Amino acid sequence: MACGLALLLVVFPLLDIVWVITVNGLSAFSVKLFTTNTTGASGGLRNAIEGTALITLFAMLIAVPMGIGAGIHLSEYGKNKTGSAIRFLSDVLTGTPSIVLGYFSYIIFIISFGWGFSLAAAAITIAILIVPYLARITELALEQVPNTMREAAYALGATDPTVVFKVILPAASSGVITGALLALAISVGETAPLIYTAGWSNYTWDGRFTHSPVGYLTYVIWTFIDQPDAQSHALAYAAAFLVMLVVLAINIGVRLTVRRTKFV
Amino acid sequence: MKIRPFRLSVFALSLLIPTALCAVVLFLVIYSGQAIMFNGLHFLTDVNWNLGDMYDDPVTVHGVSVPGGAEYGILVFIVGTLVSSGLAILIAVPLSIGAAIFLSEAVPGKIRPVLSMLVELIAVVPSVVFGLWGIAVLVPFIGHHLSPTGNGYGLLASSIVLALMITPIIASTLLDALLQVPKENRESAFALGATHFEVVSKAMMPMVRATLVGGIVLALGRALGETMAVLMVSGGGINILPTSLFSPISTIASFVAGQLDSAEADPTNMSVRALSEVALVLFLITLAVNASAKLLASGALNVRKRQS
Repeated sequence: MACGLALLLVVFPLLDIVWVITVNGLSAFSVKLFTTNTTGASGGLRNAIEGTALITLFAMLIAVPMGIGAGIHLSEYGKNKTGSAIRFLSDVLTGTPSIVLGYFSYIIFIISFGWGFSLAAAAITIAILIVPYLARITELALEQVPNTMREAAYALGATDPTVVFKVILPAASSGVITGALLALAISVGETAPLIYTAGWSNYTWDGRFTHSPVGYLTYVIWTFIDQPDAQSHALAYAAAFLVMLVVLAINIGVRLTVRRTKFV
Repeated sequence: MKIRPFRLSVFALSLLIPTALCAVVLFLVIYSGQAIMFNGLHFLTDVNWNLGDMYDDPVTVHGVSVPGGAEYGILVFIVGTLVSSGLAILIAVPLSIGAAIFLSEAVPGKIRPVLSMLVELIAVVPSVVFGLWGIAVLVPFIGHHLSPTGNGYGLLASSIVLALMITPIIASTLLDALLQVPKENRESAFALGATHFEVVSKAMMPMVRATLVGGIVLALGRALGETMAVLMVSGGGINILPTSLFSPISTIASFVAGQLDSAEADPTNMSVRALSEVALVLFLITLAVNASAKLLASGALNVRKRQS
């Protein structure tokens, strides 16, 4: 059947990607990968792993409160024209190519503020990228909570924050956590917005938020694969394997648990 | 009206999203102002992107200081973007329609979640990993078997990678819509003696057509803005329009991503401003495409309501 062939053509590249990257990535694995810094286009990936972790961590620290707060507004108090406008603009921001956001950050943080390539610029850029996702997923999760729970809480004399933090958010926690995990996966896999904001560094973090470039895993993938030697290629595959492992593990885990809770 | 601090504070948080968007647009416009004045409409119609002589004294044109001989034209990148995304859509649409129909019609309900999860997972693979696979597998394949010059980097490789990346968007949109077609419609078509092919093509597809078109336009928006995968397999062609499937190309997004070093080397900052104008053009194109996807999607809802 032609349709089955189409599905095969769609799914086969995914399996091939996972296969090629796993085989090449695993053969490049060693303890050295996690304990030494990149030197030129060889060495280990410690600086890049740490950089990706830091960028993701600070991006999440900025984006999670903002995204969940915005989601609370949209779901609980935003069923009006202003809410629709925010929802529309949030979708526009989601659809904006990440390179455009990266270039915007370059103009603002690197050129105008003079921060130089830095952790702060990178984390803020990624935060702008994931906030709209978080807001919309939080909104969807909170909307699933039945209205009777809100009414019951208000009838007991609960205030707005009590209703949201003690009743609605706990009831919708799995959805909100799902959203945060998906946002985490996005920020680990992003490259384009970091080119113009994070720069690259062969060293681990020196504790400064500005005036100090940071390395990140996806940079290793796209630059080292263009180097001529096998050692750089091995590093690129190892980095790709790590990134893919995190992204796929989060996405598969989320899908499996969400499915289970839906059926029970 | 009573002041409610909690509601006000979450409202303020939600306003940060539109604020961020407005800041992006505003600063891109302000920063590219001088470039817009210098380039005029030639920006969109010129083939050459030439940074000029950055080591000589800058010259002043129309009151704007630029490196001598600099010209900024992005026609090549606009064409590269539209052609590669267009080809990607041409490849992806039949594949996604086939895959979605197979999943909704031929796969038993128990296996369907597994297979549709596989399709959805394609959408979450990072763009740079697609690019790596393109370099490792696709580009050598095209170079050895298809390309007359033996060079696999170019338009075809970009389009195929883009097609793979957007297929899950179209396929899962269509699958959701197909599964929502009321059972009665299917069954009455079967009862009238229609073959399975006729049921799908004449009874089901017309009902989901608007949703399908919305999904395709959404996928187009994603393809237009895709950066890393294209940057890695496109061959980075500049200053020449693509002539064949194997010509090296650049898209607007991949060009911006690849220009960091030259932008930083320009003492007049003009190339940074021109790149900002490029980013602005990309933003406007994707905005237009995504807005039409949104309109189509809302139209699709109306159709479904009317029919049910």
